Amino acid sequence: MSDTAPEITISARKLTRRFGNQKIIHDVSLTLRRGEVLGLLGHNGAGKSTTMQMLTGCLLPDSGDIEVCGIDLLRQPILAKMHLGYLPETPPLYRELRVDDYLTFAARLRGIKNGKVAAALAQAKQRCGLEAIGGKIIATLSKGYQQRVGIAQAIVHNPEVIVLDEPTVGLDPAQIRDIRSLIRELGDSSSVILSTHLLGEVESLCDRVEIMQKGRLIYGDTTAALANYGGEPGRLEENFIRITERETAANAATSAGDGK
Amino acid sequence: MIRLIAMRELRSLFTLPSTWLIFAALQFVFAWFFLARLEAFLEVQPQLAQLANPPGVTITVAAPMFNTIALLLMMLTPMYTMRLIAEERRNQTLPLLLSAPLSELHIVLGKFLGMLVFLIALSASVPLMLYSLALGTELDHGLMLSNLIGLLLLTASFTALGLYISALTVQPVIAAIGALAALVGLWLADIGASAPDSPWHAISPLGRFQNFNAGLLDSSDAMFFVLFTGVFLLLTIRRLHNNRTYG
Repeated sequence: MSDTAPEITISARKLTRRFGNQKIIHDVSLTLRRGEVLGLLGHNGAGKSTTMQMLTGCLLPDSGDIEVCGIDLLRQPILAKMHLGYLPETPPLYRELRVDDYLTFAARLRGIKNGKVAAALAQAKQRCGLEAIGGKIIATLSKGYQQRVGIAQAIVHNPEVIVLDEPTVGLDPAQIRDIRSLIRELGDSSSVILSTHLLGEVESLCDRVEIMQKGRLIYGDTTAALANYGGEPGRLEENFIRITERETAANAATSAGDGK
Repeated sequence: MIRLIAMRELRSLFTLPSTWLIFAALQFVFAWFFLARLEAFLEVQPQLAQLANPPGVTITVAAPMFNTIALLLMMLTPMYTMRLIAEERRNQTLPLLLSAPLSELHIVLGKFLGMLVFLIALSASVPLMLYSLALGTELDHGLMLSNLIGLLLLTASFTALGLYISALTVQPVIAAIGALAALVGLWLADIGASAPDSPWHAISPLGRFQNFNAGLLDSSDAMFFVLFTGVFLLLTIRRLHNNRTYG
Protein backbone atom coordinates (compact mmCIF):
# COMPACT_ATOMS: atom_id res chain seq x y z
CA MET A 1 0.00 0.00 0.00
CA SER A 2 1.19 3.51 -0.71
CA ASP A 3 1.26 5.89 2.18
CA THR A 4 -0.71 8.63 0.45
CA ALA A 5 -4.34 8.98 1.53
CA PRO A 6 -6.70 6.86 -0.54
CA GLU A 7 -8.37 8.65 -3.40
CA ILE A 8 -11.62 10.50 -2.75
CA THR A 9 -14.50 8.90 -4.66
CA ILE A 10 -17.36 11.12 -3.60
CA SER A 11 -17.22 14.64 -2.37
CA ALA A 12 -20.37 16.64 -1.73
CA ARG A 13 -20.18 20.23 -0.59
CA LYS A 14 -22.89 22.26 1.06
CA LEU A 15 -25.88 20.48 -0.41
CA THR A 16 -29.23 22.08 0.27
CA ARG A 17 -32.61 21.06 -0.93
CA ARG A 18 -36.09 22.31 -0.32
CA PHE A 19 -39.45 20.83 -1.23
CA GLY A 20 -41.91 23.66 -1.58
CA ASN A 21 -41.26 26.01 1.30
CA GLN A 22 -39.78 23.38 3.53
CA LYS A 23 -36.02 23.06 3.67
CA ILE A 24 -35.29 19.36 3.90
CA ILE A 25 -31.51 19.30 3.61
CA HIS A 26 -29.27 21.96 5.17
CA ASP A 27 -25.63 22.34 4.10
CA VAL A 28 -24.72 18.69 3.96
CA SER A 29 -21.07 18.00 3.12
CA LEU A 30 -19.70 14.50 2.76
CA THR A 31 -16.52 12.87 1.55
CA LEU A 32 -15.93 9.23 0.86
CA ARG A 33 -12.63 7.52 0.12
CA ARG A 34 -11.87 4.35 -1.74
CA GLY A 35 -11.99 1.29 0.45
CA GLU A 36 -14.31 2.87 2.96
CA VAL A 37 -17.82 2.03 4.10
CA LEU A 38 -19.71 5.07 5.33
CA GLY A 39 -22.89 4.69 7.34
CA LEU A 40 -25.52 7.39 7.15
CA LEU A 41 -27.43 7.06 10.36
CA GLY A 42 -30.58 8.79 11.42
CA HIS A 43 -34.20 8.59 12.43
CA ASN A 44 -36.94 8.11 9.88
CA GLY A 45 -37.45 11.29 7.91
CA ALA A 46 -34.02 12.67 8.74
CA GLY A 47 -33.21 13.21 5.06
CA LYS A 48 -31.03 10.16 4.41
CA SER A 49 -32.88 9.03 1.31
CA THR A 50 -33.07 12.54 -0.11
CA THR A 51 -29.32 12.93 0.35
CA MET A 52 -28.73 9.65 -1.44
CA GLN A 53 -31.00 10.64 -4.29
CA MET A 54 -28.93 13.77 -4.73
CA LEU A 55 -25.65 11.86 -4.60
CA THR A 56 -26.85 9.60 -7.42
CA GLY A 57 -28.24 12.32 -9.65
CA CYS A 58 -31.89 11.34 -9.25
CA LEU A 59 -32.64 14.65 -7.59
CA LEU A 60 -30.94 17.96 -8.23
CA PRO A 61 -29.78 19.91 -5.18
CA ASP A 62 -30.86 23.55 -4.92
CA SER A 63 -27.29 24.53 -4.21
CA GLY A 64 -23.97 22.89 -3.54
CA ASP A 65 -21.89 20.57 -5.69
CA ILE A 66 -21.10 16.92 -5.95
CA GLU A 67 -18.05 15.26 -7.46
CA VAL A 68 -17.91 11.57 -8.23
CA CYS A 69 -14.35 10.36 -8.82
CA GLY A 70 -13.36 13.92 -9.61
CA ILE A 71 -16.16 14.45 -12.16
CA ASP A 72 -18.81 17.07 -11.49
CA LEU A 73 -22.13 15.22 -11.23
CA LEU A 74 -24.21 18.27 -12.03
CA ARG A 75 -22.23 19.44 -15.07
CA GLN A 76 -21.23 16.09 -16.56
CA PRO A 77 -23.89 13.74 -15.25
CA ILE A 78 -23.38 11.03 -17.85
CA LEU A 79 -19.65 10.67 -17.22
CA ALA A 80 -20.04 10.83 -13.46
CA LYS A 81 -22.84 8.28 -13.31
CA MET A 82 -20.62 5.67 -15.00
CA HIS A 83 -18.95 5.27 -11.61
CA LEU A 84 -22.14 4.97 -9.60
CA GLY A 85 -24.23 2.05 -8.47
CA TYR A 86 -27.44 2.81 -6.62
CA LEU A 87 -29.96 0.73 -4.73
CA PRO A 88 -32.93 2.94 -3.81
CA GLU A 89 -35.20 2.26 -0.86
CA THR A 90 -37.51 0.22 -3.08
CA PRO A 91 -35.40 -1.93 -5.41
CA PRO A 92 -36.09 -0.70 -8.97
CA LEU A 93 -37.10 -4.04 -10.43
CA TYR A 94 -39.01 -4.73 -13.62
CA ARG A 95 -41.00 -7.49 -12.02
CA GLU A 96 -42.18 -9.07 -15.25
CA LEU A 97 -38.63 -9.83 -16.44
CA ARG A 98 -36.40 -12.79 -15.66
CA VAL A 99 -33.48 -12.12 -13.31
CA ASP A 100 -30.93 -12.66 -16.10
CA ASP A 101 -32.73 -10.39 -18.55
CA TYR A 102 -33.10 -7.70 -15.93
CA LEU A 103 -29.45 -7.82 -14.89
CA THR A 104 -28.36 -7.83 -18.53
CA PHE A 105 -30.44 -4.71 -19.07
CA ALA A 106 -28.93 -3.08 -15.98
CA ALA A 107 -25.40 -3.95 -17.10
CA ARG A 108 -25.91 -2.65 -20.64
CA LEU A 109 -27.55 0.47 -19.24
CA ARG A 110 -24.38 1.20 -17.29
CA GLY A 111 -22.36 0.93 -20.47
CA ILE A 112 -20.92 -2.59 -20.26
CA LYS A 113 -20.11 -3.80 -23.77
CA ASN A 114 -22.06 -6.73 -25.14
CA GLY A 115 -19.13 -9.15 -25.02
CA LYS A 116 -18.45 -8.49 -21.35
CA VAL A 117 -22.01 -8.69 -20.06
CA ALA A 118 -21.92 -12.45 -19.41
CA ALA A 119 -18.83 -12.20 -17.21
CA ALA A 120 -20.19 -9.20 -15.29
CA LEU A 121 -23.49 -10.98 -14.78
CA ALA A 122 -21.83 -14.16 -13.53
CA GLN A 123 -19.76 -12.20 -11.04
CA ALA A 124 -22.68 -10.16 -9.72
CA LYS A 125 -24.88 -13.24 -9.38
CA GLN A 126 -22.15 -15.15 -7.61
CA ARG A 127 -21.59 -12.27 -5.18
CA CYS A 128 -25.29 -11.94 -4.37
CA GLY A 129 -26.03 -15.66 -4.31
CA LEU A 130 -28.35 -15.59 -7.31
CA GLU A 131 -26.72 -18.32 -9.43
CA ALA A 132 -29.61 -20.73 -9.07
CA ILE A 133 -32.43 -18.35 -9.91
CA GLY A 134 -31.22 -16.59 -13.05
CA GLY A 135 -34.12 -17.98 -15.06
CA LYS A 136 -36.87 -17.02 -12.64
CA ILE A 137 -39.26 -14.15 -13.10
CA ILE A 138 -38.57 -11.43 -10.55
CA ALA A 139 -42.22 -11.11 -9.46
CA THR A 140 -42.17 -14.73 -8.26
CA LEU A 141 -39.17 -14.23 -5.95
CA SER A 142 -39.37 -13.68 -2.21
CA LYS A 143 -38.66 -10.21 -0.85
CA GLY A 144 -35.19 -11.22 0.28
CA TYR A 145 -34.24 -12.42 -3.17
CA GLN A 146 -35.72 -9.33 -4.77
CA GLN A 147 -33.54 -7.25 -2.49
CA ARG A 148 -30.52 -9.26 -3.61
CA VAL A 149 -31.41 -8.69 -7.25
CA GLY A 150 -31.59 -4.99 -6.38
CA ILE A 151 -28.08 -5.13 -4.94
CA ALA A 152 -26.80 -7.16 -7.90
CA GLN A 153 -28.16 -4.45 -10.19
CA ALA A 154 -26.17 -1.82 -8.28
CA ILE A 155 -22.84 -3.67 -8.44
CA VAL A 156 -23.03 -5.41 -11.82
CA HIS A 157 -20.78 -2.83 -13.49
CA ASN A 158 -18.19 -2.81 -10.66
CA PRO A 159 -18.74 0.84 -9.82
CA GLU A 160 -16.34 2.84 -7.71
CA VAL A 161 -19.13 4.29 -5.61
CA ILE A 162 -21.98 2.14 -4.35
CA VAL A 163 -24.94 3.87 -2.72
CA LEU A 164 -27.25 1.56 -0.80
CA ASP A 165 -30.43 2.87 0.79
CA GLU A 166 -31.37 0.55 3.65
CA PRO A 167 -29.99 -2.56 1.99
CA THR A 168 -30.99 -5.07 4.67
CA VAL A 169 -34.58 -4.02 5.29
CA GLY A 170 -36.99 -6.92 5.15
CA LEU A 171 -34.39 -9.67 5.09
CA ASP A 172 -34.19 -12.65 7.43
CA PRO A 173 -31.19 -12.95 9.80
CA ALA A 174 -29.27 -15.34 7.56
CA GLN A 175 -29.77 -13.12 4.55
CA ILE A 176 -28.72 -10.07 6.57
CA ARG A 177 -25.49 -11.83 7.47
CA ASP A 178 -24.82 -12.70 3.83
CA ILE A 179 -25.56 -9.20 2.59
CA ARG A 180 -23.39 -7.65 5.29
CA SER A 181 -20.43 -9.79 4.38
CA LEU A 182 -21.02 -8.85 0.75
CA ILE A 183 -21.04 -5.15 1.62
CA ARG A 184 -17.82 -5.61 3.61
CA GLU A 185 -16.26 -7.24 0.57
CA LEU A 186 -17.47 -4.46 -1.72
CA GLY A 187 -16.02 -1.91 0.69
CA ASP A 188 -12.54 -3.33 0.12
CA SER A 189 -12.42 -2.68 -3.59
CA SER A 190 -14.83 0.26 -3.96
CA SER A 191 -16.44 2.68 -1.59
CA VAL A 192 -19.89 2.25 -0.13
CA ILE A 193 -22.39 4.65 1.42
CA LEU A 194 -25.26 2.97 3.14
CA SER A 195 -28.14 4.43 5.06
CA THR A 196 -29.69 2.64 7.95
CA HIS A 197 -31.34 3.09 11.27
CA LEU A 198 -29.96 -0.14 12.63
CA LEU A 199 -27.03 0.49 14.92
CA GLY A 200 -25.84 -3.08 14.79
CA GLU A 201 -25.40 -2.66 11.08
CA VAL A 202 -23.20 0.37 11.55
CA GLU A 203 -21.12 -1.40 14.16
CA SER A 204 -20.48 -4.48 12.05
CA LEU A 205 -20.05 -2.77 8.68
CA CYS A 206 -19.03 0.83 8.70
CA ASP A 207 -15.60 2.42 9.02
CA ARG A 208 -17.13 5.81 9.51
CA VAL A 209 -20.51 7.16 10.60
CA GLU A 210 -22.36 10.35 9.84
CA ILE A 211 -25.41 11.00 11.97
CA MET A 212 -28.15 12.95 10.31
CA GLN A 213 -31.01 14.74 11.99
CA LYS A 214 -33.60 17.02 10.47
CA GLY A 215 -31.58 17.45 7.31
CA ARG A 216 -28.27 18.29 8.98
CA LEU A 217 -25.20 16.22 9.66
CA ILE A 218 -24.75 16.53 13.40
CA TYR A 219 -21.93 14.11 14.02
CA GLY A 220 -19.27 12.49 11.87
CA ASP A 221 -16.45 10.26 13.03
CA THR A 222 -15.17 6.71 12.91
CA THR A 223 -17.36 3.97 14.26
CA ALA A 224 -14.86 3.33 17.04
CA ALA A 225 -15.01 6.97 18.10
CA LEU A 226 -18.80 6.86 18.23
CA ALA A 227 -18.60 3.84 20.50
CA ASN A 228 -16.30 5.82 22.81
CA TYR A 229 -18.29 9.04 22.56
CA GLY A 230 -17.80 11.49 25.42
CA GLY A 231 -14.98 9.45 26.90
CA GLU A 232 -17.45 6.92 28.19
CA PRO A 233 -17.13 3.73 26.24
CA GLY A 234 -20.71 2.60 26.02
CA ARG A 235 -23.02 0.97 23.65
CA LEU A 236 -23.38 2.55 20.26
CA GLU A 237 -27.09 2.82 20.76
CA GLU A 238 -26.86 4.92 23.90
CA ASN A 239 -24.31 7.22 22.34
CA PHE A 240 -26.45 7.69 19.26
CA ILE A 241 -29.45 8.62 21.39
CA ARG A 242 -27.32 10.94 23.49
CA ILE A 243 -26.05 12.76 20.40
CA THR A 244 -29.46 13.17 18.81
CA GLU A 245 -31.07 14.27 22.07
CA ARG A 246 -28.35 16.80 22.75
CA GLU A 247 -28.93 18.21 19.28
CA THR A 248 -32.69 18.36 19.80
CA ALA A 249 -32.20 20.19 23.10
CA ALA A 250 -29.78 22.64 21.49
CA ASN A 251 -32.26 23.31 18.71
CA ALA A 252 -35.07 23.88 21.18
CA ALA A 253 -32.87 26.36 23.08
CA THR A 254 -32.01 28.35 19.92
CA SER A 255 -35.58 28.47 18.67
CA ALA A 256 -36.78 29.56 22.13
CA GLY A 257 -34.11 32.28 22.02
CA ASP A 258 -35.30 33.38 18.57
CA GLY A 259 -38.84 33.67 19.84
CA LYS A 260 -37.98 36.35 22.39
CA MET B 1 -28.76 3.23 -25.34
CA ILE B 2 -31.95 4.28 -27.12
CA ARG B 3 -32.21 0.82 -28.66
CA LEU B 4 -31.58 -0.82 -25.31
CA ILE B 5 -34.47 1.03 -23.68
CA ALA B 6 -36.73 0.35 -26.65
CA MET B 7 -35.89 -3.35 -26.48
CA ARG B 8 -36.61 -3.46 -22.76
CA GLU B 9 -39.98 -1.89 -23.41
CA LEU B 10 -40.80 -4.51 -26.05
CA ARG B 11 -39.55 -7.35 -23.89
CA SER B 12 -41.75 -6.24 -20.99
CA LEU B 13 -44.75 -5.98 -23.30
CA PHE B 14 -44.30 -9.41 -24.76
CA THR B 15 -43.86 -11.12 -21.39
CA LEU B 16 -47.50 -10.24 -20.66
CA PRO B 17 -49.95 -12.87 -21.87
CA SER B 18 -52.55 -10.16 -22.41
CA THR B 19 -50.34 -8.56 -25.08
CA TRP B 20 -50.39 -11.77 -27.09
CA LEU B 21 -54.14 -12.19 -26.62
CA ILE B 22 -54.93 -8.68 -27.80
CA PHE B 23 -52.43 -9.08 -30.61
CA ALA B 24 -54.21 -12.21 -31.80
CA ALA B 25 -57.70 -10.78 -31.35
CA LEU B 26 -56.78 -7.70 -33.36
CA GLN B 27 -55.42 -9.77 -36.23
CA PHE B 28 -58.77 -11.54 -36.30
CA VAL B 29 -60.67 -8.23 -36.33
CA PHE B 30 -58.46 -6.84 -39.10
CA ALA B 31 -58.92 -9.97 -41.22
CA TRP B 32 -62.69 -9.98 -40.66
CA PHE B 33 -62.96 -6.36 -41.65
CA PHE B 34 -60.79 -6.90 -44.71
CA LEU B 35 -62.86 -9.83 -45.91
CA ALA B 36 -66.16 -8.01 -45.31
CA ARG B 37 -64.88 -5.02 -47.23
CA LEU B 38 -63.63 -7.22 -50.06
CA GLU B 39 -66.92 -9.10 -50.27
CA ALA B 40 -68.89 -5.86 -50.51
CA PHE B 41 -66.60 -4.74 -53.32
CA LEU B 42 -67.04 -8.00 -55.24
CA GLU B 43 -70.81 -7.68 -54.99
CA VAL B 44 -70.98 -4.22 -56.51
CA GLN B 45 -68.09 -4.73 -58.93
CA PRO B 46 -70.32 -5.67 -61.95
CA GLN B 47 -72.23 -2.41 -61.59
CA LEU B 48 -69.05 -0.43 -61.01
CA ALA B 49 -67.57 -1.87 -64.18
CA GLN B 50 -70.29 -0.17 -66.26
CA LEU B 51 -69.13 3.28 -65.12
CA ALA B 52 -66.92 5.29 -67.44
CA ASN B 53 -64.08 5.58 -64.93
CA PRO B 54 -64.73 2.83 -62.35
CA PRO B 55 -63.14 3.16 -58.86
CA GLY B 56 -60.53 0.46 -58.26
CA VAL B 57 -60.03 -1.94 -55.40
CA THR B 58 -57.50 0.32 -53.67
CA ILE B 59 -59.91 3.17 -53.15
CA THR B 60 -62.89 0.98 -52.25
CA VAL B 61 -61.16 -1.57 -50.02
CA ALA B 62 -57.76 -0.25 -48.96
CA ALA B 63 -58.56 3.39 -48.19
CA PRO B 64 -61.56 2.70 -45.89
CA MET B 65 -59.57 -0.03 -44.21
CA PHE B 66 -56.71 2.35 -43.45
CA ASN B 67 -59.21 4.86 -42.12
CA THR B 68 -60.67 2.26 -39.75
CA ILE B 69 -57.21 1.21 -38.57
CA ALA B 70 -56.45 4.87 -37.85
CA LEU B 71 -59.57 5.10 -35.67
CA LEU B 72 -58.74 1.84 -33.91
CA LEU B 73 -55.19 3.03 -33.23
CA MET B 74 -56.59 6.18 -31.68
CA MET B 75 -58.36 4.02 -29.09
CA LEU B 76 -55.59 1.44 -28.70
CA THR B 77 -52.53 3.66 -28.40
CA PRO B 78 -53.50 5.12 -24.99
CA MET B 79 -53.95 1.59 -23.61
CA TYR B 80 -50.33 0.84 -24.42
CA THR B 81 -48.69 4.21 -23.84
CA MET B 82 -50.25 4.54 -20.37
CA ARG B 83 -47.61 2.27 -18.83
CA LEU B 84 -44.56 3.90 -20.37
CA ILE B 85 -43.64 6.29 -17.58
CA ALA B 86 -46.56 6.19 -15.12
CA GLU B 87 -45.86 2.57 -14.31
CA GLU B 88 -42.16 3.22 -13.79
CA ARG B 89 -43.21 5.85 -11.29
CA ARG B 90 -45.69 3.62 -9.55
CA ASN B 91 -43.28 0.70 -9.29
CA GLN B 92 -40.46 3.08 -8.39
CA THR B 93 -38.19 1.81 -11.14
CA LEU B 94 -37.43 5.28 -12.47
CA PRO B 95 -34.31 5.69 -10.24
CA LEU B 96 -32.67 2.88 -12.22
CA LEU B 97 -32.90 4.99 -15.38
CA LEU B 98 -32.23 8.31 -13.64
CA SER B 99 -29.07 7.08 -11.92
CA ALA B 100 -27.74 5.40 -15.06
CA PRO B 101 -25.34 7.20 -17.40
CA LEU B 102 -27.89 8.39 -19.93
CA SER B 103 -29.85 11.53 -20.57
CA GLU B 104 -33.57 12.19 -20.54
CA LEU B 105 -33.43 12.30 -24.33
CA HIS B 106 -32.29 8.67 -24.41
CA ILE B 107 -35.04 7.57 -22.04
CA VAL B 108 -37.80 9.38 -23.93
CA LEU B 109 -36.66 8.39 -27.42
CA GLY B 110 -36.11 4.81 -26.32
CA LYS B 111 -39.59 4.51 -24.92
CA PHE B 112 -41.14 6.31 -27.89
CA LEU B 113 -39.42 4.14 -30.48
CA GLY B 114 -40.09 0.91 -28.58
CA MET B 115 -43.79 1.70 -28.47
CA LEU B 116 -43.84 2.82 -32.11
CA VAL B 117 -42.24 -0.45 -33.21
CA PHE B 118 -44.80 -2.37 -31.19
CA LEU B 119 -47.74 -0.51 -32.74
CA ILE B 120 -46.29 -0.96 -36.22
CA ALA B 121 -45.95 -4.69 -35.60
CA LEU B 122 -49.52 -4.72 -34.33
CA SER B 123 -50.91 -3.21 -37.53
CA ALA B 124 -48.39 -4.71 -39.97
CA SER B 125 -50.83 -7.40 -41.07
CA VAL B 126 -53.12 -4.79 -42.66
CA PRO B 127 -50.81 -3.71 -45.49
CA LEU B 128 -49.84 -7.36 -45.96
CA MET B 129 -53.49 -8.33 -46.46
CA LEU B 130 -54.04 -5.42 -48.80
CA TYR B 131 -50.93 -6.17 -50.83
CA SER B 132 -52.13 -9.74 -51.23
CA LEU B 133 -54.77 -8.27 -53.56
CA ALA B 134 -51.95 -7.56 -55.98
CA LEU B 135 -52.00 -11.29 -56.78
CA GLY B 136 -55.35 -10.90 -58.52
CA THR B 137 -55.57 -7.29 -59.57
CA GLU B 138 -53.72 -4.06 -60.14
CA LEU B 139 -53.17 -1.88 -57.03
CA ASP B 140 -52.81 1.88 -56.93
CA HIS B 141 -49.34 1.96 -55.37
CA GLY B 142 -49.34 5.73 -54.95
CA LEU B 143 -52.50 5.63 -52.85
CA MET B 144 -51.17 2.72 -50.81
CA LEU B 145 -47.90 4.50 -50.15
CA SER B 146 -49.54 7.76 -49.08
CA ASN B 147 -51.79 5.82 -46.70
CA LEU B 148 -48.83 3.93 -45.24
CA ILE B 149 -46.84 7.12 -44.69
CA GLY B 150 -49.90 8.81 -43.20
CA LEU B 151 -50.60 5.93 -40.84
CA LEU B 152 -46.99 5.86 -39.67
CA LEU B 153 -46.98 9.60 -38.95
CA LEU B 154 -50.36 9.35 -37.26
CA THR B 155 -49.20 6.50 -35.00
CA ALA B 156 -46.09 8.47 -34.08
CA SER B 157 -48.17 11.48 -33.07
CA PHE B 158 -50.57 9.35 -30.98
CA THR B 159 -47.61 7.67 -29.26
CA ALA B 160 -45.90 10.97 -28.46
CA LEU B 161 -49.08 12.40 -26.94
CA GLY B 162 -49.69 9.23 -24.92
CA LEU B 163 -46.09 9.20 -23.71
CA TYR B 164 -46.36 12.78 -22.50
CA ILE B 165 -49.59 12.16 -20.62
CA SER B 166 -48.05 9.05 -19.08
CA ALA B 167 -45.21 11.25 -17.82
CA LEU B 168 -47.66 13.52 -16.01
CA THR B 169 -49.10 10.98 -13.60
CA VAL B 170 -48.32 8.07 -11.30
CA GLN B 171 -51.42 6.08 -12.21
CA PRO B 172 -51.34 4.28 -15.58
CA VAL B 173 -55.15 4.22 -15.68
CA ILE B 174 -55.29 7.99 -15.40
CA ALA B 175 -52.71 8.26 -18.15
CA ALA B 176 -54.87 6.05 -20.38
CA ILE B 177 -58.04 8.02 -19.72
CA GLY B 178 -56.20 11.31 -20.17
CA ALA B 179 -54.63 10.33 -23.48
CA LEU B 180 -57.88 8.85 -24.77
CA ALA B 181 -59.78 11.97 -23.78
CA ALA B 182 -57.24 14.18 -25.54
CA LEU B 183 -57.26 12.12 -28.74
CA VAL B 184 -61.02 11.60 -28.92
CA GLY B 185 -61.53 15.25 -27.98
CA LEU B 186 -59.35 16.43 -30.88
CA TRP B 187 -61.16 14.08 -33.22
CA LEU B 188 -64.67 15.12 -32.11
CA ALA B 189 -63.76 18.80 -32.29
CA ASP B 190 -62.53 18.16 -35.82
CA ILE B 191 -65.62 16.32 -37.10
CA GLY B 192 -67.95 18.63 -35.16
CA ALA B 193 -66.56 21.86 -36.62
CA SER B 194 -68.70 22.68 -39.63
CA ALA B 195 -66.78 25.68 -40.97
CA PRO B 196 -64.25 24.40 -43.52
CA ASP B 197 -61.56 26.79 -42.27
CA SER B 198 -62.11 25.99 -38.59
CA PRO B 199 -58.79 25.72 -36.69
CA TRP B 200 -59.96 22.41 -35.23
CA HIS B 201 -59.40 20.78 -38.61
CA ALA B 202 -55.83 22.01 -38.59
CA ILE B 203 -54.83 20.60 -35.21
CA SER B 204 -56.56 17.24 -35.30
CA PRO B 205 -54.22 14.37 -36.21
CA LEU B 206 -57.08 12.31 -37.64
CA GLY B 207 -58.25 15.32 -39.64
CA ARG B 208 -54.76 15.73 -41.04
CA PHE B 209 -54.73 12.04 -41.93
CA GLN B 210 -57.68 12.47 -44.31
CA ASN B 211 -55.47 13.93 -47.04
CA PHE B 212 -53.09 10.99 -46.82
CA ASN B 213 -56.11 8.69 -46.86
CA ALA B 214 -57.30 10.25 -50.10
CA GLY B 215 -53.86 9.86 -51.65
CA LEU B 216 -52.80 13.47 -51.30
CA LEU B 217 -49.26 13.91 -50.01
CA ASP B 218 -49.17 17.43 -48.63
CA SER B 219 -45.92 18.58 -47.04
CA SER B 220 -47.82 20.80 -44.61
CA ASP B 221 -49.66 17.73 -43.27
CA ALA B 222 -46.37 15.87 -42.91
CA MET B 223 -44.85 18.87 -41.13
CA PHE B 224 -47.82 18.98 -38.80
CA PHE B 225 -47.23 15.41 -37.69
CA VAL B 226 -43.49 15.93 -37.27
CA LEU B 227 -44.11 19.05 -35.18
CA PHE B 228 -46.90 17.46 -33.14
CA THR B 229 -44.69 14.47 -32.32
CA GLY B 230 -41.64 16.63 -31.66
CA VAL B 231 -43.46 19.00 -29.33
CA PHE B 232 -44.82 16.21 -27.17
CA LEU B 233 -41.46 14.44 -27.04
CA LEU B 234 -39.82 17.68 -25.92
CA LEU B 235 -42.52 18.23 -23.31
CA THR B 236 -41.89 14.69 -22.01
CA ILE B 237 -38.16 15.35 -21.73
CA ARG B 238 -38.95 18.53 -19.85
CA ARG B 239 -41.31 16.72 -17.54
CA LEU B 240 -38.67 14.11 -16.70
CA HIS B 241 -36.16 16.85 -16.06
CA ASN B 242 -38.60 18.62 -13.76
CA ASN B 243 -38.86 15.34 -11.93
CA ARG B 244 -35.27 15.83 -10.79
CA THR B 245 -35.79 19.48 -10.02
CA TYR B 246 -39.02 19.28 -8.07
CA GLY B 247 -38.82 15.69 -6.87
